[in-house]
Amino acid sequence: MAAIEINQVSKIYTGDVHAVKSVSIDIKDGEFVVLVGPSGCGKSTLLRMVAGLEEISKGDVKIGNRVVNKIDPAERDIAMVFQNYALYPHMSVYENLAYGLRNRKTPKAEIDARVAEAARMLQLEAYLERKPRALSGGQRQRVAMGRAIVRKPAAFLFDEPLSNLDAKLRVSMRGEIKRLQRRLGTTSIYVTHDQLEAMTLADRLVVLNGGEIEQIGAPLEVYHTPASTFVASFIGSPAMNLLKGELHGDKLALGPSMIDLAGLAPTSGPVTVGIRAEDLRLAGPGEHAMTVAADYVEEVGSQRLVHGNLGDQSLTAVLSPEAELKSELRLVVATEKLHFFNQESGKRIGDTVSPQVVQVKTEIA
Amino acid sequence: MYRLKITDHIILLLGVFVMMAPVVVAFFTSTHEAAEIHRNGLTLRWGNHFVETYNAVLNREGGFTGQVTGMRMLMNSLILGIGFAVGKIVLSMLAAYAIVYFRFRLGTLFFWMIFTTLLLPLEVRILPSYEVMHQLHLINTYTGLIVPLLASATGTFFFRQFFKSIPDELLEAARIDGAGPIKFFFDVIVPLSKTMVAAIFIIMFVYGWNQYLWPMLMTNDESFYTLVRGIKQILLVWLGAQIPDYNEAFAIAILAMLPPVIIVVVFQRWFIKGLTESDK
Repeated sequence: MAAIEINQVSKIYTGDVHAVKSVSIDIKDGEFVVLVGPSGCGKSTLLRMVAGLEEISKGDVKIGNRVVNKIDPAERDIAMVFQNYALYPHMSVYENLAYGLRNRKTPKAEIDARVAEAARMLQLEAYLERKPRALSGGQRQRVAMGRAIVRKPAAFLFDEPLSNLDAKLRVSMRGEIKRLQRRLGTTSIYVTHDQLEAMTLADRLVVLNGGEIEQIGAPLEVYHTPASTFVASFIGSPAMNLLKGELHGDKLALGPSMIDLAGLAPTSGPVTVGIRAEDLRLAGPGEHAMTVAADYVEEVGSQRLVHGNLGDQSLTAVLSPEAELKSELRLVVATEKLHFFNQESGKRIGDTVSPQVVQVKTEIA
Repeated sequence: MYRLKITDHIILLLGVFVMMAPVVVAFFTSTHEAAEIHRNGLTLRWGNHFVETYNAVLNREGGFTGQVTGMRMLMNSLILGIGFAVGKIVLSMLAAYAIVYFRFRLGTLFFWMIFTTLLLPLEVRILPSYEVMHQLHLINTYTGLIVPLLASATGTFFFRQFFKSIPDELLEAARIDGAGPIKFFFDVIVPLSKTMVAAIFIIMFVYGWNQYLWPMLMTNDESFYTLVRGIKQILLVWLGAQIPDYNEAFAIAILAMLPPVIIVVVFQRWFIKGLTESDK
């Protein structure tokens, strides 16, 4: 177990392509950090540089106070779980788990003990003699995790390990990974493009875009105070509504509607306004509201996603399934739930995090 | 399910007939005496001289020096066939491994250079090869027979394509598991290539077994004769009133066919098994 320090790391490919641009992350011992971002954002490249599968162009990576830039992957004391499992097809599950230990000249008795322990933890005991092809996708993924566990490494590196599984299995494996990591207390870096996976697994989220860090923070912190419009639209489902608005003193002009901010206006002039779909609710009678022309409805069962237009800008609202639907909806949003972003840079203006919510999260953890 | 119709059977039987009939005729004819064959031509009757003929072919000492037996020729053919197959597989696997996994400078260029030699048949370089072997005093040795033909563009090409289809993650997982290039080759690449090895072994064994021109050029010592040359030798004794030993020629032809058939049958099982069992 060890802390990992990623210090101004860049990856530059031939032809001056910067896949990762001077990224720094301090990962504490035992922390579960998730790198999330759209494809091509450099998250996998960053992980592979930590693993040693990709050369570091600039900066350095420290694992447990040791700079590992020039150290072989096998010597870095890490274990990696791949998206396509990367199990050795011709070896039995037992051999797959034992291979890394054998190469390290671990005594046979210890190999047996460690494999048995990992197999018990992952409920693979019944399959030790089988070949990977005789296993289901979930079992294969567990073997891949077992291969990482038996090594007792300083850090686990996960490269989209659940992307090849079906939706239901993904949810249960997600829980399993989280539980396992808690139990072993091993520092972990996990790469995914799935924001839900990122939210549920992470102690800390790192949102990457175009090779740069957009935001680092606890999942709820990122959710409640996205640092930029990119983060706002990437984290949370459905994506946050981003509308063009204009601040006039204490009033916000949003399409045809005017919202009274009651002293909360952080700036003035044109801004991008972010509203979470779930923060919108139907207005009570006589309440001052925005009028939204409903376009179409997606029924999810537990809730209703109503897509509509506010003036010429589209907007999505999450309503309860009992909500009465009309062609014209009157919606309100609590002013403290509004997010403001700079229209040019997309960066957040002001701070509207509700501290209590973040508090709850730390209590659970 | 597709149901086999009578026409399908007819087509298949026709194929079997075309392929097998000459062999069957040769076999039956080989059980007659040479004079009888000369008189009556090919036949489909059993001739009662089976043991005699085959014993003579395998064990009688013949040739100009009177020292070369059928067994000797059979062994030479086997050495040539297996030597070619094993040597070519080892060499082309190593070459392909280097080309695919060690991204050295000009690697692709070297690959295409090897690949273009596919276009040149053995006959094109047979004289220079002979000259080289002659200067190395390797005429009339197994080394001289086998080594010059070992470099295989076909084998290298097949193995390269196969290695490229092995997912990169396997290499990366092995690197993290602490396997160096040699360990990775023997622990992962070789076991995964079993099916490819079987396929190429079949092709190369038959190729080596059927060599005619090259052994003829490289050896003039009769103890290096192969079966294929043996057949020719028998038919060459067309002297005066002597009748060529047709029966023995047919018998040798049958014998010459057997080992490749066995190799194909054995390895084909393995080959198909590997194909159907492995995924990824």
